[in-house]
Amino acid sequence: MKKKFKLIDLDCANCAAKMEAAIQKLSGVNDASVSFMTQKLTLDADDARFDEILQEVVKVCARVEPDCQIVLK
Amino acid sequence: MSAKQKKNLIRILAGAGLYIIYAVTFHLIEAPWYAALLASLVPYAVVGYDVVIKAIRGIGHGQVFDEQFLMVLATVGAYVVAEYSEAVAVMLFYQVGEWFQSYAVGRSRQSIAGLMDIYPEHANLEVDGVLQEVEPDEVEVGSLIVVKPGERIPLDGVVVEGSSQVDTSALTGESVPRVVRPGDTLISGCINSTDLLRVRTTKEFDDSTVAKILELVENSAEKKGRVESFITRFARYYTPIVVIAALFLAVVPPFFTGGLRNPGIWLDWIQRACIFLVISCPCALVISVPMSFFGGIGGASKNGILVKGSTYMELLARLDTVVFDKTGTLTQGSFQVAEVSPAGDTSREALLEVAALAESCSNHPIARSIQAAYGAQPDLTRISGAEEQAGRGVQAQVDGKPVLAGNLLLMQEAGIQAPPAPAAGTAVYVACEGRYWGYILIADRPKPDAKEAIARLKAAGVSQTVMLTGDRAEVAQAVAQELGIDQVYAQLLPADKVERVEGLLAAEPPQRKLAFVGDGINDAPVLTRADVGIAMGALGSDAAIEAADVVLMDDKPSKIPLAIAIAKKTVAIAHENIVFALAVKGVFLIMGALGVATMWEAVFADVGVAVLAILNAMRAMNTPKQS
Repeated sequence: MKKKFKLIDLDCANCAAKMEAAIQKLSGVNDASVSFMTQKLTLDADDARFDEILQEVVKVCARVEPDCQIVLK
Repeated sequence: MSAKQKKNLIRILAGAGLYIIYAVTFHLIEAPWYAALLASLVPYAVVGYDVVIKAIRGIGHGQVFDEQFLMVLATVGAYVVAEYSEAVAVMLFYQVGEWFQSYAVGRSRQSIAGLMDIYPEHANLEVDGVLQEVEPDEVEVGSLIVVKPGERIPLDGVVVEGSSQVDTSALTGESVPRVVRPGDTLISGCINSTDLLRVRTTKEFDDSTVAKILELVENSAEKKGRVESFITRFARYYTPIVVIAALFLAVVPPFFTGGLRNPGIWLDWIQRACIFLVISCPCALVISVPMSFFGGIGGASKNGILVKGSTYMELLARLDTVVFDKTGTLTQGSFQVAEVSPAGDTSREALLEVAALAESCSNHPIARSIQAAYGAQPDLTRISGAEEQAGRGVQAQVDGKPVLAGNLLLMQEAGIQAPPAPAAGTAVYVACEGRYWGYILIADRPKPDAKEAIARLKAAGVSQTVMLTGDRAEVAQAVAQELGIDQVYAQLLPADKVERVEGLLAAEPPQRKLAFVGDGINDAPVLTRADVGIAMGALGSDAAIEAADVVLMDDKPSKIPLAIAIAKKTVAIAHENIVFALAVKGVFLIMGALGVATMWEAVFADVGVAVLAILNAMRAMNTPKQS
């Protein structure tokens, strides 16, 4: 499943790259892309564990860039 | 300015004020060192408390050697050597730089996003004669909506009532408004300029043009090109290398320069290592390169050219061969009278009139184009006994005289001598009372800007232009000659087109790229096969938007050289930024290692370079002038 999330206060491009790399390393994540320009995270992950993976993603982001929040819809 | 930026600006200004008070006070009065230390901590805390907090948190999360940590390390270093004033000043300078960088990035992002701002705010849904303002995605297919003058059309639909002028410039870049009347289709994302329109919707919001385009534009930022992925890969190796170099700088040279006996020398080398690390931050590269491409994609979309990602920007910049479909791409895609050629003493007008009258009962595209050229409404009372002859033409009585209008076969069967007409189209031969009157040549005319587009492609470095068509060879040759196209392949079936393009791709050197331009309706396989598939006249055609890599919202071939010019400029700016950032950083890194650069230069090499690179990247938004 592929889903898009808005990011708030992502104001460092290097952090976006770091976030992207960290999310891609999570197990169950097929692909992830953090776009600094559109301030969006596109997450492609296993359907069955999507919510679980999403929680992991939020945790990883908080570690890399504490200022940045993922808007969960 | 976001709330966070406003807050930070106030903090920076307050910190700067406190710092000036501190500096002046301690310049005027003699005070013990601990008083100066304590007093300087006040502006330091105001300006840099968040940096300190982030640095500590970063260490906790295993993010050592991030910018914040380095700034804290550097300023603590200054405190250790009793340079209180410098510690505060460097932190202040760093925060000013960071603030400006964040502001510049925010502004640029907004102004680029503004170019693509076609999102409709609401729809006026009409329920039992009462208007309700609702979200566009709540409107069902077949609903009646009202679009007031000045409003953006929220959903694709058909005009039921009212006529108005529609501004399509946000989608096509075309400034001449389109006139719509009842029965005309409306495309969402355009602006209704003059009069109120009542519209029956034909699509849900998610399927409407505006949603498709927005999706495409958003996804475009994700398809990273070679240059962009290079930067990401580069940062991955670059950071550890720089950290190792800094450690080396802090540990090894002091051994040989007497650091063991004199801690001052050792401290000096540690400070150099810190400066080295601050300079090395790859932010300028990581921000400015994607921003250049984002700007280029934004600038292109302002001109009605949608590029599906920076990959295609790079490919567009290296086009060597452009392959065109003929019908509907280079030509109008509709038949028009190209030539009226009377024979003997027949006048041009008489020939056209007789042909139009004879053909007035036919619905064939050729008949319709003759009627269109005639202009006036034919007087049907003058015609009798009109009869269509399949594969030949028409036979009718005009003003009581027998008239034949059709191909050469029709003439030969009636025993009429007619000279063969030029082959660059379809000729309709006309005979009246058994006498040959002349012919009317019907052809699919090239678009007005097609010739200029080909010439400009050549000027832009495209060495080969090719035309593929299912049409007859003579017709194809004539069009190619008129437009200045190098190679023509005619009488192709759709499958042959794929084969031809594959052949051309194989002949292409790997560094040079091939684009195929089509209308996207039945050439989707070719569009996907080419290095760059360009779909034209795609406004309202979902299939084309999906199959192509570059989508031209209107049907002007001249947008292709423009797209190439934008792509070339964008790629050049991205390269400039890479070279500029690396060169400045390289020089400062060497200066830092040699002890020439201070923390001031280091902060400049970090944020200053980033800001300059961002400003340069913004140039990609502006449409380049074409020669």
